[in-house]
Amino acid sequence: MGYFDGVYAIWVREIIVFFREKERVISAVVTPLLWIFAVGGGLGASVQIEGMSYQMFMFPGIVAMAILFGSIFYGMYIIWDRKLDFLKEVLVAPVPRSAVFLGKMLGGASDAVMQASVLLVIGLIFGFVPGIPQFFLAIPLIAIVACCMTSIGLIIGANMKSPEGFNLVMSFVMWPMFMLSGALFPVENLPSFLNIIVRLNPMTYGVDLMREALLGTGQFGIAYDVVVLALATVAFAYIASKSFEKMQI
Amino acid sequence: MEQKLAISIEKLSKHFEGLKAVDGISLTVQEGEIFALLGPNGAGKTTTISMLTGLLAPTSGRATVAGFDVQKEPLKVRQQIGVVFQQPSVDDLLSGRENLDMHALLYNVPAKGRKERIDEMISLVGLTSRQHAKIREYSGGMRKRLEIARGILHRPKVLFLDEPTTGLDPQTRQHIWEYIKKMSKREGTTIVFTTHYLEEAEQFAERVAIIDHGKIIAVGTPHDLVAELGGDSVVLKVKTPAQVVAKLKKMKFASRVKADGKSVHVTVAESHKNLPVMLHAISGIESIEIRPATLNEVFIKYTGKGIREESGEGGFMERMMNPNNR
Repeated sequence: MGYFDGVYAIWVREIIVFFREKERVISAVVTPLLWIFAVGGGLGASVQIEGMSYQMFMFPGIVAMAILFGSIFYGMYIIWDRKLDFLKEVLVAPVPRSAVFLGKMLGGASDAVMQASVLLVIGLIFGFVPGIPQFFLAIPLIAIVACCMTSIGLIIGANMKSPEGFNLVMSFVMWPMFMLSGALFPVENLPSFLNIIVRLNPMTYGVDLMREALLGTGQFGIAYDVVVLALATVAFAYIASKSFEKMQI
Repeated sequence: MEQKLAISIEKLSKHFEGLKAVDGISLTVQEGEIFALLGPNGAGKTTTISMLTGLLAPTSGRATVAGFDVQKEPLKVRQQIGVVFQQPSVDDLLSGRENLDMHALLYNVPAKGRKERIDEMISLVGLTSRQHAKIREYSGGMRKRLEIARGILHRPKVLFLDEPTTGLDPQTRQHIWEYIKKMSKREGTTIVFTTHYLEEAEQFAERVAIIDHGKIIAVGTPHDLVAELGGDSVVLKVKTPAQVVAKLKKMKFASRVKADGKSVHVTVAESHKNLPVMLHAISGIESIEIRPATLNEVFIKYTGKGIREESGEGGFMERMMNPNNR
């Protein structure tokens, strides 16, 4: 009882905060749009991939990117909770720290689903999302990708003491995960040592899953992607729970 | 020792990069007791509270709260306690009411009567009319009051209050303390609070531990600690200190007689009736200064300095900005 009340309380807090912090929502949608219309539009004028326009090809990848960036930022937001002293209240709460993590993870995943939904609606309008069925297929799959990415973000956030490491995380986690995931180009042509990294990158399966859902042209198949992401989420969630248990002020 | 212990601390230490913030303190607090940790800023009070609430791991030593080891069973400890932090930890983006709602869920306040309990707490701290405003719009004092309401809301067995009334006006302070005392009596709540206000410790604590530089230097009831001083301190300015000292040393009620230039320091027991006797016997007094025995004198006795002198000292920037120091 108490465990899930705790999860619920923290989840509700994140949802309320999400709707109040409009700046976070707006910036989370604007960056992907820049990619789609500036990069996608510019490059797309001269490039076709797998027989489709470049914008069509990259759109699922950009949705996955929005989930990744949103989730990592969300996880690192704990550092501000820590700075603003709010974290202490949660850390002395009589619920297991794993419940705190779970509430945070579900909160972050909910945020990501809402942000990605905005992108999908824009995609519907511009024809990057072929139809309504694809739209509704994508939503639950986005939730799975988001749970995985939020767990990674929370591991980072729980282990970082100050915002100074922010740039390191961007350079060594966020951008590589994005660049080596097939979001912007097919990864078959990459040199083989990079291909190993691509295969180990959970983001690869998130991108593939989005492409399966929206275009039906993925590499591994929905079931495979879902299983890989689910296993990765369990592993990351376990590490994150442990990190939360060790957290001090 | 048949009475149950709410808190037991054995040789607890916390070192930060060579600084001994808490240096091997040992202490016990009885169930239902109102206990104060009194000391200047930086004495180690907050660090001690952080270790007892599981927010910081001790460097060495052990502590139990409500019978549970803070390191081995942190969750069990957390299920027994409430904490009011020195820096309010209420959530900026939520309203006052939402903060308490969330707290009630997190802390298992039974759904039945939850709303009424929250109403009661909000009105206790005088925030009824501002309960739906966001914390961002709250003043520092309002945040502190909400923080206190939240700490009490779930009726903890052991309540930690870290500098609870700093920044509150005297009326609110009195009001909140009366509630806390009543709650402690009615529900057997153990209260542990830190303060650098002597008056607060004297007035509200049943027992006080005086802490300085991470060490406990005296423990007892405010009354006993003050009584140990043996009376009020009196400083006489006289023309012939040596003679006066000799005379005072013969008086039974006078102790710790010491000359310092033209001043003579003496502790006078039951000064209300002995002081007239003393003044009658000594001639040539130029001035007289009486310092009633308080916890401050106790503090001076053990550390050689007043608690106020130290706590009034600001940080580096404040000292630089202070025109008197230029």
